[in-house]
Amino acid sequence: MKRIILTLLALSLISLLSACDNQDTLRIYNWGEYMDEDILREFTRETGIRVSYSTYASNEEMYARLKGGGSTFDLIFPSDYMIERMINEDMLEQIDMNNIPNYQYIGESFRDLSYDPTNQFSVPYMWGTLGIVYNKAMVDEDVDSWGILWDEKYAGQIIMYNSIRDSFVPPLRLLGFSFNTRSVEELQQARDLLIEQKPLVHAYMGDTVRDSMIGNEAALALMYSGDAVYCMEENEVLAYSVPKEGSNIWFDAMAIPKGARNKDKAEAFIDFLCRPDIALRNTEYIGFSTVNMGALQMLPEELLANPAYWPTDDIIERCEIFLDLGDFAREFDRAWTMILAR
Amino acid sequence: MTKIHRRLFSIPYLVWTGIFIILPLILVFYYSLTIESGGQFLFSTSNYARLMDPVYLIVLQRSVVLALLCTVICILLGYPVAYILASKEYINKGFLLFLFLAPMWMNFLLRTYSWVSILERNGFLNSLFELVGLPRMDMLYNNSAVLLGMVYNFLPFMILPVYSVLRRSDQGIIEAAQDLGANPRQVFFRLTLPLSIPGMISGITMVFMPATSTFIISDLLGGAQNMLVGNLIEQQFYRANDWHYGSAISVVLMVLLLLSFVIFTMVDKNEEEGILF
Repeated sequence: MKRIILTLLALSLISLLSACDNQDTLRIYNWGEYMDEDILREFTRETGIRVSYSTYASNEEMYARLKGGGSTFDLIFPSDYMIERMINEDMLEQIDMNNIPNYQYIGESFRDLSYDPTNQFSVPYMWGTLGIVYNKAMVDEDVDSWGILWDEKYAGQIIMYNSIRDSFVPPLRLLGFSFNTRSVEELQQARDLLIEQKPLVHAYMGDTVRDSMIGNEAALALMYSGDAVYCMEENEVLAYSVPKEGSNIWFDAMAIPKGARNKDKAEAFIDFLCRPDIALRNTEYIGFSTVNMGALQMLPEELLANPAYWPTDDIIERCEIFLDLGDFAREFDRAWTMILAR
Repeated sequence: MTKIHRRLFSIPYLVWTGIFIILPLILVFYYSLTIESGGQFLFSTSNYARLMDPVYLIVLQRSVVLALLCTVICILLGYPVAYILASKEYINKGFLLFLFLAPMWMNFLLRTYSWVSILERNGFLNSLFELVGLPRMDMLYNNSAVLLGMVYNFLPFMILPVYSVLRRSDQGIIEAAQDLGANPRQVFFRLTLPLSIPGMISGITMVFMPATSTFIISDLLGGAQNMLVGNLIEQQFYRANDWHYGSAISVVLMVLLLLSFVIFTMVDKNEEEGILF
């Protein structure tokens, strides 16, 4: 009798646990601070589709969680090189563009890029550059070279990003190499430069870099353009520059992971996000640059004049896209560990 | 209670242990002894060989040194507090105990992050310094800040076990010693201190272990400048996506902590088993 009760108890517990994971809910997995969450509520109001929303801090974290299995997300927001990798590893569903009429608003220059040549697997979301945010009260020279991050004048005033690929952009470009390099020799030279820089660095940060720059804690920081727009709105002393040696231009897109339970709902939400009024609200809220031409026409002039939000053509020309490094990613990790460990 | 009853009650615990402790441990060992090659897992000890690289050994050494320092400071700060709390003369002990426990009801991350606003260049402390005419100081993003964060977060784990042992120790023995002419110093060093060793041992393990493997404190207060072994493991799983190497480091860390646990409890072998609370 006792055993029966126990079995029943265990069974009811299991069913209770699985009940929490509602099958009908659209499960979204996005970067932190990367969407106006009011939009989620509005989507539920308009369509009746319930949404659960969780966030990650890096492409690698999202990839690790999906690769590990057991997690069922319906919609993710990977960057270019990660999309390439996930397509190669057969981790993404094909998107049915018939369900996304608002795809027409996506700008020509953001379609069919090398990471997904025919946009079968992804719909562009946001884009931007990597550059330097600096405090004009502390830096009175022109910031036009990555070299300023090695200037001893700014010892203890430089914040770097605790992210492997982004942190290697400045040294590799300073040396004139591509940051998609697969040469151990080139990587080692870049690593030595970063080791040389370490005594000047105030801290290696994640998302907290925005608060630090807004609070005038440091003079210079490596930062994504969209975060820079946000910081400049909060603190007028800040400015943004993409150095002349060239930098990273990146594209984040929406994609549906293999095995998603609610593919149709994910597509409905993608379409919702591509609606110009929604895209406008979203880009104004998070500060990252839109790919939506409908939203672009409605944007205020001042935002478009800000090179952090809308880079000029000559900035774009000297920028390069991240490519998937394959197994060579491990060499980058090893080099990065050597920098932080010492 | 009959034997059958007892066995029945242990079933949920055994199932729980099997699924959530034993099985994951086996998986970690399995991952640590394999490498991935062309979608297949091959047996290899190369993950462990890679750990012998001086770069990684420095990380391990730094973690252990910082954790040891943290443990020593926690004893020096925590023991007197526990002693005062347990002494009969102290009346407001309920309130004092509450003060030490209250911060633990707050989220660990939030508690640690708040130190950033206190210590940063334009933070609370520096504003205070400026107000009284002292120069501003760089207090954040170094090993001392990490150590401060560790001590702050783990100190209650030292105070509580020592406090509960001291409170439960037989007052009769101490009174007898006093009656027989022992001075307070002799009473403390020959009775109170030896009697409280079990509490200290569990306090030491409860401080040393989480301090060795922490990664969030070194990230937030250390500015990731000086990588600890917890950061190294996190990086393997979340950034480098090398679960095999990450598992190998975890296994080494587990063995290290197990060894320290054995050493601590051997010191304690004459006493009863360590008391947690």
